[in-house]
Amino acid sequence: MAALLQVKDLKAYYGQTQALHGVSFEVADGGITTLLGANGAGKTTTLRAICNMVRNEGSIQFDGKSLAGKATEEVVRQRIAHVPEGRGTFTTLTVEENLRIAAYTRGDKAGISQDLERVFAYFPRLKERIQQQAGTLSGGEQQMLAVARALMLRPRLMLLDEPSFGLAPLIVQEIFRIMRRINSEEKVSMLLVEQNAALALDLADYAYVLETGGVVMADKASVVKSDENIRKSYLGY
Amino acid sequence: MEQFFQQLASGLANGAIYACVALALVMIYVSTDHINFAQGEMAMFSTYLSWQLMTWGASFWIAFIAAVALSFLLGLIIERAILRPLHSAPVLSIVVVFIGLLAICNAVAGAIWSYLIKEFPSPFPKTGFGIAGLIGPHQLGVVVVTLVVLTLLFFFFRYTPLGLAMRAAAQNPQMSRLVGVRVDWMLALGWGLAAAVGAVAGIMVAHIVYLDPNMMGGILLYAFAGALVGGIGNPGGAVLGGFIVGVLENMVAFAGNQLEKATGVYIIGNGEKLTVALIIVITVLTLRPAGLFGRVVVKRV
Repeated sequence: MAALLQVKDLKAYYGQTQALHGVSFEVADGGITTLLGANGAGKTTTLRAICNMVRNEGSIQFDGKSLAGKATEEVVRQRIAHVPEGRGTFTTLTVEENLRIAAYTRGDKAGISQDLERVFAYFPRLKERIQQQAGTLSGGEQQMLAVARALMLRPRLMLLDEPSFGLAPLIVQEIFRIMRRINSEEKVSMLLVEQNAALALDLADYAYVLETGGVVMADKASVVKSDENIRKSYLGY
Repeated sequence: MEQFFQQLASGLANGAIYACVALALVMIYVSTDHINFAQGEMAMFSTYLSWQLMTWGASFWIAFIAAVALSFLLGLIIERAILRPLHSAPVLSIVVVFIGLLAICNAVAGAIWSYLIKEFPSPFPKTGFGIAGLIGPHQLGVVVVTLVVLTLLFFFFRYTPLGLAMRAAAQNPQMSRLVGVRVDWMLALGWGLAAAVGAVAGIMVAHIVYLDPNMMGGILLYAFAGALVGGIGNPGGAVLGGFIVGVLENMVAFAGNQLEKATGVYIIGNGEKLTVALIIVITVLTLRPAGLFGRVVVKRV
């Protein structure tokens, strides 16, 4: 499969501190790649660098075009949807407004209404809460809202930053099941950052393990999963 | 009794002006956390622009629309040229810039148009408009025009995609970028709209307070009081707060006059209107810092 996203020798900085020391990886078109690693390994920073939210250098190719130097807003307009750490809920807006804002860059009214219905088919619970202020939703519902909002962009690639964070296991299972459906039914490629390695390896087809800002290993998810040494030394389970 | 209603009506007319300026203040506050002290002087400058257009022969409403549009542009340019480079500057630097802006607007207006007080026309017909003995034509006109403007703004923010994007950008700029909203431009647009709303207030009030470079000084204070009463982070609250302050100051003066008539002792009257506004500011800040309709924002540190 051809690579949709190709990252080479990515370095990122917070002020004077270098957080990524040359990370390289790929996301196949239609595939799910996961970045694993402990706290501070640079997973979130990698996602943020792709959207140019931190100072970075190196090569980021999306669908054969370079994203280097593009402002966050412009990266997103290439149909890359970022579901950030902490869910990024617009707390004072309603659920519907939270979804509509993601379609802001599109002009087609009919398509937007259609997409709202499509998204509600995945997340019926959000439809029940459509006029509610998003800040009053539970954590799980806000995570669903974040994934739903990303879908409203009609993304080709979704960047997911710890969608399982702080949620009850049942909710996490539900969200991951929906993500798998989105991937297979809508052919949305995904780059998934997770602390919960077992869960991520089940969903992903390729995995990279990060440690202190660099890739220490890369292989098929099934291989990583079955390799006890890797699991014990890097993934802690 | 008739006097009471007259005072109430004139309070509403003043309140409409305060509501506009309060809304302008809040529009910038919600997206930047700063109070634009120059808002009043910018409105004064816009009023001079409309006056200039009228002396060049434009009709009132043409001058009104042109001045509001020009103010929108000027507000936009001020944000892009002056405040954009300062977006990560400390609060005090920005406060100083606002004060500088205030002084510049004032001085430039004085230099171009002089500090002489000028009469400003009212566009509303002297007869057949207003309700005799209750509300004068200009007062009624002010209320109507500001209500129209406020309603338009409400619909813009509530029901248009651009309005939604502006609200989103104010609430969560980082996430807004992640859905493709050009946050910087939303800020500039907010400045433009605030300047335009201020211009409406200035042009409407100039007939009452007369045109001079210091005309908006007191009004900015009242508007600030209104915004605080309603909740500085709540546009609807600020508008209501503006009306409340307008009515309240007139009611206090009215009550004072009645008291003086009844007892012969002067306690409070027209001279103390500004004091009333300041007392409102202090009371609200001490008793209910979030305002009547505001929510207490808890910041995680």
